[in-house]
Amino acid sequence: MSIMEYNGSAVVAMVGKNCVAIAADKRLGQRALTVDMNFQKVFPITDRTAEERIIEPKTFSNLVSHMLYERRFGPYFVEPVIAGLDKDNKPFVGTASDNLFGMCESLWEPDLEPEELFETISQALLNAVDRDAMSGWGAVVHVITKDGVITRDLKGRMD
Amino acid sequence: MEAQFAIAGKDFVVSVTDKNVVHSIVKMKHTQDKTWQLLPMTLMSVCGEPGDTDSYAEYIQGNAKLYSVRNARDLSVGETANFIRGELARALRSRNPFQVNLLVAGYDKEKKEAALYWIDYLAAMAKVPYGAHGYCSYFLYSVMDREYTEDITLEQALDIVKKCIAVIKTRFMIDLPDFTIKIIDQNGTREIEQSDL
Repeated sequence: MSIMEYNGSAVVAMVGKNCVAIAADKRLGQRALTVDMNFQKVFPITDRTAEERIIEPKTFSNLVSHMLYERRFGPYFVEPVIAGLDKDNKPFVGTASDNLFGMCESLWEPDLEPEELFETISQALLNAVDRDAMSGWGAVVHVITKDGVITRDLKGRMD
Repeated sequence: MEAQFAIAGKDFVVSVTDKNVVHSIVKMKHTQDKTWQLLPMTLMSVCGEPGDTDSYAEYIQGNAKLYSVRNARDLSVGETANFIRGELARALRSRNPFQVNLLVAGYDKEKKEAALYWIDYLAAMAKVPYGAHGYCSYFLYSVMDREYTEDITLEQALDIVKKCIAVIKTRFMIDLPDFTIKIIDQNGTREIEQSDL
């Protein structure tokens, strides 16, 4: 079993029409043992209302990519997903991981409105984690639009 | 094979650590205190590779005190835990990592709340209501999941500790006769005996 599956988790991001959504489960574990059921995995990088110059999602992705490559042979045990809106409010999404692809493949369609995108990403994540023993225990969804971020906690199976 | 766990309430944390020092199949000592008082209101319990535990804990304790001297201000529990995690992560990617598992417990004077941080040897950290390390955690989490409630009182927490120790004594292969039980709250740290539970 890979070290990347040591703590277990599921993180996903999706593009909608002038919006993006990023969601993650809340579990932190040590292999099969659950340690924390309320663990934060999504972090704000920039605040769009800030007056100062802010980093673009694409630029930030390149930065993260470089930081990871710098540790190519003694890596950080992480697989990041980056979501954000760029200058022209055009959505941008980074990488996503394993078994969520199946759910996303069947549920996602282009140009979803924020509320539709919220429903899609929530269903994709919840149904994906229910088939994975190493992730779940609730989830949090953030939908980023040009007007701000909508954050909602999802209740999930606690087993 | 060591046992280490802690339970946090709104304004207190109870930290429990076994007292065994084992070398191969021989019990070398059964009165060792594996907790370290980093600051008046911050306590760290350390388990793992013998040698690594002491040298890492001493390094952290020294640096926590150095910060207080230099800045005329104590680090809070959260700040201390983040520093500990950072140093562990840095060492992990060097030639000499520390194989230590930690629980950092303390009372935050400014936030007026108790906090407990769970940190493993791969430098994963989580702020938790209750936490445990080692083989014992497989038994202890079941007990704590069932018994823990929000707004738990110190008496209730000590009752859970009693049940946790009982399950270790009945189900765990290794004999752990005695435990260091410490309570951290706004008055600092105090130790109680197993017989006082």
